[in-house]
Amino acid sequence: MDAVVAESVGGLARRDSRGRWWLPLSVVILVGAFVLGAYIGPAGAITSANWHLIWAVRMPRVALAALVGAMLSVAGASFQGAFRNPLADPYLLGVAAGSGLGATIVFVVGRGSTRGWLIDPLPLASFAGGLAAVLVTYLVGSAFGSSNTSLTLILAGVAITSLVTAIQTFVLYRNTEVIREVYSWILGRLSTATWRDVKLVAPYIIVSCVVLLLHRRQLDVMRVGDDEAASLGMQVGRVRLIVVVAATFGTAAAVSVSGLIGFVGIVVPHAIRMLAGASYRRLLPLTIVLGAAFLILTDIPGRVLSHGAETPIGVVTAFFGAPFFIVVLMRRRLSQ
Amino acid sequence: MSSLALHELSVRYGRAEVVHRFTDTVGPGDWLCLIGPNGAGKSSILRAICGLAVHTGEISVDGAPLRLRTPRRRAELVAYVPQQPLLPSDMSAFEYVLLGRNPYISYFGSETAHDRSMVQNVLERLDMAGFAGRQLGSLSGGEQQRLVIARALAQEAPILLLDEPTSALDIGHQQQALELVDRLRREHGLTVISAMHDLTLAGLYADRLALLHEGHLVVAGTAEQVLRAETLAEFYGVSVSVRHEPDGTVVVVPKRVGS
Repeated sequence: MDAVVAESVGGLARRDSRGRWWLPLSVVILVGAFVLGAYIGPAGAITSANWHLIWAVRMPRVALAALVGAMLSVAGASFQGAFRNPLADPYLLGVAAGSGLGATIVFVVGRGSTRGWLIDPLPLASFAGGLAAVLVTYLVGSAFGSSNTSLTLILAGVAITSLVTAIQTFVLYRNTEVIREVYSWILGRLSTATWRDVKLVAPYIIVSCVVLLLHRRQLDVMRVGDDEAASLGMQVGRVRLIVVVAATFGTAAAVSVSGLIGFVGIVVPHAIRMLAGASYRRLLPLTIVLGAAFLILTDIPGRVLSHGAETPIGVVTAFFGAPFFIVVLMRRRLSQ
Repeated sequence: MSSLALHELSVRYGRAEVVHRFTDTVGPGDWLCLIGPNGAGKSSILRAICGLAVHTGEISVDGAPLRLRTPRRRAELVAYVPQQPLLPSDMSAFEYVLLGRNPYISYFGSETAHDRSMVQNVLERLDMAGFAGRQLGSLSGGEQQRLVIARALAQEAPILLLDEPTSALDIGHQQQALELVDRLRREHGLTVISAMHDLTLAGLYADRLALLHEGHLVVAGTAEQVLRAETLAEFYGVSVSVRHEPDGTVVVVPKRVGS
């Protein structure tokens, strides 16, 4: 009997180990992405002559792309787990709308007039706006239903996103001269990244990623639904809250310096699921590594295909995202 | 083996009280089956025991109230097989049964080798060892049902709650599942509380039946005592004939009412 057990358990360990090479492979891909990101750009490859320029201008952009890509991907995967909804993205509960409104207000008040300030108000306002929107979503969810159920929160998120977006549209309507700036902020850009931006958001993103990684087993338990997870001893509402708070902090920080880069939070987790399986234990670390690689690589075309004006990264990720969904649809159709 | 005592258990959904002061004690190793028409409160009682429904009244295991236990400790005592379990199609059978070990794994921790070998043991006991690596979506209804029972067993809980364990199964798998639960009950000393629609099966496997109607306990006792044509006619609104087999089995057969 023991021999049989040992062999079967060993067999399962072997099955697991086939998946074990995903993480090292991903790290290799990330390193490759870093190298490509460092070497490709308008100023050309790295030489001793332009090293300082590249360090000051291109490298922070690559570093920020890694941080933001990792954060949006892991936040997307975490939200998909916490809400058991494959279409959940990091902006589900209103972070995007709130950040957008915060940024809009700063632009309206006058970006130029705040240049001398000690703290750049733009990231601060968008960070605060993002957090505030999610807080309101939670309050609305608990006022009108049990905030512990995922559906209530999603509905509240939809409501708050609509409301905040409506307010933002109204503000823009009354201040049409800033529309172009706001829109360009919303589309997301890494082109203006500085080392200061990187230092500003790195702590939030790192802490957020660590907290989310620590909860990946909990997300696997939640795959059987709130009721069964609770009967297995989990405090579902509390875990969901922790995951949402951690993901929101990190996402709000990322958005505050890079704007609203879309698709990353859905495309990266789904692509990894198709390749490495749906277990969050494996998915979360992979989304961090491959999400970073993804955004580094998608940032490259923007600065190379310039023709004068830089293509916003949000446009590039959309170009990847839309065909990706079509591929998913085709695969589903083929498998039916 | 553990006993479960329910004292004045009332369950409320919003403003509606769906179970009124239900009182019963299930002895160690016994099998109590809750029967009654739809909406009688059978599932609500089970959900209250595993902490999924707001309730008043006392639920105690071996004399100690469950209310005072943390969710994890409660999950070590009570295992729940829901009526419509959610089986993620892209999860492997092994991972699924491993979820039953959740009460024993620390919050930030991972499962140990002991947990994994426990899961392997449970799968073997249920003749499902070969299914360990299979995705849940590729399994039949009967196989999935056995996996849900396996997951409940992996919890090593002395009390097993089964909500309509056979409703979605064909007659062969119904017998298989109930025989399995009965065998495991005797092997592991489990105390079982089930909610079932099939009255004959309920009488065949359970030690005692409790008939519920609109949240009230009408009568509790053995199959002979509870499964009576008049009783069933009154509370189910059904016309049946109740037959007693030589071996003591009570068989409930609906009668055709038409002309």
